[in-house]
Amino acid sequence: MISAVLLYNQKGEVLISRLYREGLRRSISDLFRIQVISNSDVRSPVLTLGTTTFCHVKHDNIYVVAISRQNADIALVFEFLYKIVTLGRSYFGKFDEEAVKNNFTLIYELLDEIMDFGYPQNTETDTLKMYIMTEGVRSETRMEESSKITMQATGALSWRRDNIKYRRNEVFVDVFEDVNLLMSAAGSVLRADVAGQIILRAYLSGTPECKFGLNDSLLIDPSEDFHSSKMSKAAAGSVSLEDCQFHQCVRLGKFDADRTISFIPPDGEFELMKYRTTENINLPFKVHVLVNEIGKSRVEYKIAVKATFGSKLFATGVLVKIPTPLNTASVSTHVSHGKAKYEPSDNAIHWRIARFPGDSEYVFSADAELLSSMTNTKTWSRPPVAMQFNLMMFTSSGLLVRYLKVFEKSNYTSVKWVRYVVRAGSYEIRF
Amino acid sequence: MQASIEKRIRSVFQIPRKGETYELRSGLVSQYAYERKDAIQRTIAAMTLGKDVSSLFPDVLKNIATPDLEQKKLVYLYLMNYAKSHPDLCILAVNTFVQDSEDGNPLVRALAIRTMGCIRVDKIIDYMEEPLRKTLKDDSPYVRKTAAICVAKLFDLNPTLVVENGFLTTLQGLLSDSNPMVVANAVSALTEIQETAPETNALIVSSEILKKLLTALNECTEWGRIAILTSIADYRTADAREAEHICERVVPQFQHVNPSVVLAAVKTVLCHIHLLNPELHKQYLDKMSPPLVTLAVSQPEVQYVALRNINLILQKYPDILSNQMRIFFCKYNDPLYLKVEKLDIMIRLANPKNVETLLSELKEYALEVDMDFVRRAVKAIGQCAIKVESSTERCVNVLLDLIATKVNYVVQEAVIVMRDILRRYPGYEGVIPTLCQGIDELDEPEARAAMIWIVGEYADKIDNADELIATFIESFTDEPTQVQLQLLTATVKLFLLKPQNTQPLVQRVLQTITNECDNADLRDRAYIYWRLLSANPQASKEIIMSKKPPVKNVIAHLPEPVLEELLRELSTLASVYHKPAETFVGQGRFGADALQKKALEEQAQLAQEETIHVATKVGNLENLLDIDFDLEPVASTPPPGASPMSPVPLAAGVAAMDLGGTPTMSPVLDTNQPQQFRSNVEDLLGMFD
Repeated sequence: MISAVLLYNQKGEVLISRLYREGLRRSISDLFRIQVISNSDVRSPVLTLGTTTFCHVKHDNIYVVAISRQNADIALVFEFLYKIVTLGRSYFGKFDEEAVKNNFTLIYELLDEIMDFGYPQNTETDTLKMYIMTEGVRSETRMEESSKITMQATGALSWRRDNIKYRRNEVFVDVFEDVNLLMSAAGSVLRADVAGQIILRAYLSGTPECKFGLNDSLLIDPSEDFHSSKMSKAAAGSVSLEDCQFHQCVRLGKFDADRTISFIPPDGEFELMKYRTTENINLPFKVHVLVNEIGKSRVEYKIAVKATFGSKLFATGVLVKIPTPLNTASVSTHVSHGKAKYEPSDNAIHWRIARFPGDSEYVFSADAELLSSMTNTKTWSRPPVAMQFNLMMFTSSGLLVRYLKVFEKSNYTSVKWVRYVVRAGSYEIRF
Repeated sequence: MQASIEKRIRSVFQIPRKGETYELRSGLVSQYAYERKDAIQRTIAAMTLGKDVSSLFPDVLKNIATPDLEQKKLVYLYLMNYAKSHPDLCILAVNTFVQDSEDGNPLVRALAIRTMGCIRVDKIIDYMEEPLRKTLKDDSPYVRKTAAICVAKLFDLNPTLVVENGFLTTLQGLLSDSNPMVVANAVSALTEIQETAPETNALIVSSEILKKLLTALNECTEWGRIAILTSIADYRTADAREAEHICERVVPQFQHVNPSVVLAAVKTVLCHIHLLNPELHKQYLDKMSPPLVTLAVSQPEVQYVALRNINLILQKYPDILSNQMRIFFCKYNDPLYLKVEKLDIMIRLANPKNVETLLSELKEYALEVDMDFVRRAVKAIGQCAIKVESSTERCVNVLLDLIATKVNYVVQEAVIVMRDILRRYPGYEGVIPTLCQGIDELDEPEARAAMIWIVGEYADKIDNADELIATFIESFTDEPTQVQLQLLTATVKLFLLKPQNTQPLVQRVLQTITNECDNADLRDRAYIYWRLLSANPQASKEIIMSKKPPVKNVIAHLPEPVLEELLRELSTLASVYHKPAETFVGQGRFGADALQKKALEEQAQLAQEETIHVATKVGNLENLLDIDFDLEPVASTPPPGASPMSPVPLAAGVAAMDLGGTPTMSPVLDTNQPQQFRSNVEDLLGMFD
């Protein structure tokens, strides 16, 4: 199990050091600084020196490190470290050196609460926020209140407190999809998949029982016997989810039995589910890249980006990163829309288009002049062209929310909103 | 009373009247609450920075009795850190702890028992009994779950006390608690006790307990689920129905959002899957594939753990992800440790259907910048050729393309890979001229050795083989042993294949070695060749150019027992390193000592084996060559550790040599060598081929 959790800044100074177990010397923190932080050639997030193992995650400008002296469950250790980061962000907005320094007593308090003797305890942000508060809002918790809190922290509904009341009962459903693409130089799709995420913001009174429905092909598929009578083939246009993961409030047994998603939601924002699809991916952009290396002194680019989605939609924040050789001296660009700029620090030309309407094609051309140097004989590795974008009301997987039903004792009506956003995950085109 | 102790302590420490410590102290004893709290905070800050603030112990301790929960926590934190350095003073805190453990507020009760367990001072232990007994039976599950862990803490300090006071039995009773989190913590605590002291039989999962665990599984926190799943994985059942039941109940956890829960569930199913009937067996393996793929696209660090584990699972169940190779394609910005793992997995997934895609992908990687990764990619192409026969021609073409790039390290690796391919599939000798073009660029021993091997082996097909060998011989004495050995063998092969004009070359090499080189292996080999050649050239051709066993597999596989052990340890450090836990973890408190002792014993054993090994090796050689050492009685019983054969006067040795039995004996030695000793084998092969 975990023997200690340490936070470092980039210089390798210890910001927080919480030891959970015996057997660690104080100098242990120096060991990590020497071996990892000041070592430029670290090739694994896990490092064992003698019988002591260091696992680290880097977030913003801090290192979050766990130390173990046993054959620990490493996946658990990393998940726990991510959890610390998530907690830090939700408490302080930003989890960086400054936030840690300003809130170090609170962080010690949190570390004391979420881990005991190296075993992770309750790490639910909402529950923790009930009794571990930031300086400003701290008040003397009354006794009966804390009994209630502890009941909640260990109860079967550890993620939701009692007696929540809203005048207006609303649920916002956000479907975020990260579309990943890897296209070969020949223009064939090597790998395309969608990593989706459904975020719910539930503002519901009481203890609502929710049922959530998607156009999941396993549910709708006519070949499945238990639904064959109800669903006609017209309901095709379904999506086959390769795999999905749910928030702990979702009854997994029920999903496994008949693929219904039922749950009692936490209050406020949470990630209901994550999913992954690999079939029938709608790629919002097609990119054609033509790069010519003319001798050793010049590289010529011609790029066309075509939006394949409907003309009523438009993508925002489109950025195409076009890599240039390391010895580029100057670049001249010409674009049909947007702005292009050579970023020497990134070894790339950034072509930005603020608004990219559907069903249109924009083109880019550039010339890069190269320095001829004697030392640089290596060939250019030609990293892929990468793209970023946001696109509202579109899903690459074809996923649709079919219903969200809310049942509550008091039988109130609730308002539901759905929003779809597609973003570029790693959208790479080789050339 | 308290005041007098304090006075004494003060006088011992001789505290200065100024500086940071002085300031903190005056803050800690201030009459204003806010000043005291501020001083405590600053003390903790100084502690974090690594400053020694242990001298403030008595002053901090004074602030322990406070209604302010936050301040109490800080004082406790300080206490845990410095209790060891002031064991006597800890007694002063006991009263507060005992009082707190009876507080009306469950948060305070839990805090008290949690902290008490962390103060590892013998004197405190005596006072722990009562509070622990009470809190284990507390009304609040929050307190009970904290007390459960506290039993494990106490056990670490004083096992007999835990057993004698019946805490262990109470803890086992908590497995039936109505609250799932209490159950989960009880499982964690019991597992730990079981590990450190198996004789206590702290956690023996029975069918009864199994039922309770499966019920708690669906209701507790993500971390609790992992603890429960792990204990279910360790449960051994012989009953197929029970195994089926376990798998059925565990499989829904594949959909959990926390990757470590998913991995724990995978481990649990894998531990019981062998009992299921073939149909169900396949069904569960199929169900496992999507979550494994999802793990392989999670955040980098967890992804790394997942990939290492997938690697293990693939070694046991090679077909599980056969259609999912694309998911393991490397992204340009993946950290190197992920790329390397993905590469290894892709090779394991290679089959005739996907090999085409894989090859074009590997070629991309071979053109990237990171040298280490590029070399692995080139190596992977070779592994691919050897694994999937139908792809060989494409692989060779890709390798030729890569050689044409003239990037130094790519060429070097490609040459090494080509050697393996040539050995596996005869008929690709056509590429040799292309390989020879880059011969001057090779500067790494392995690549040079590989190239020389190729030149020697195919000397009759290479027109200027003698020139090539001659250039290498120019710098013979500067070469590393690996290259020298290959060069020696290659020269002899050249002589056997093209006897005209090459005799001076052989003689020169043999003379150089026997006169100038100190390396025993090299000298021995040279002597053997010399004798062989001078005794019977025809027989030496049969021996030296004999058929070699083909290279069958170049992908590393763990030995079966290790693999089985690691599969039961999925998600742990052992599974990440692909090494059993004993290799990097000490056992219990005396771990380091025990390990050191074990290492010493091991070394002694090794030394012994080595001696035996050397002795038998010598014996073998004697048998093999059937040398009659009558003339040299000393040489037939060499001292242990000495070189296999001491130089013998040439004439005598050759005269005594009987080569009749040699060719039939050599294959026995060749084929029995396990893969991982390939380099050794090659040396041997070179010796006898």
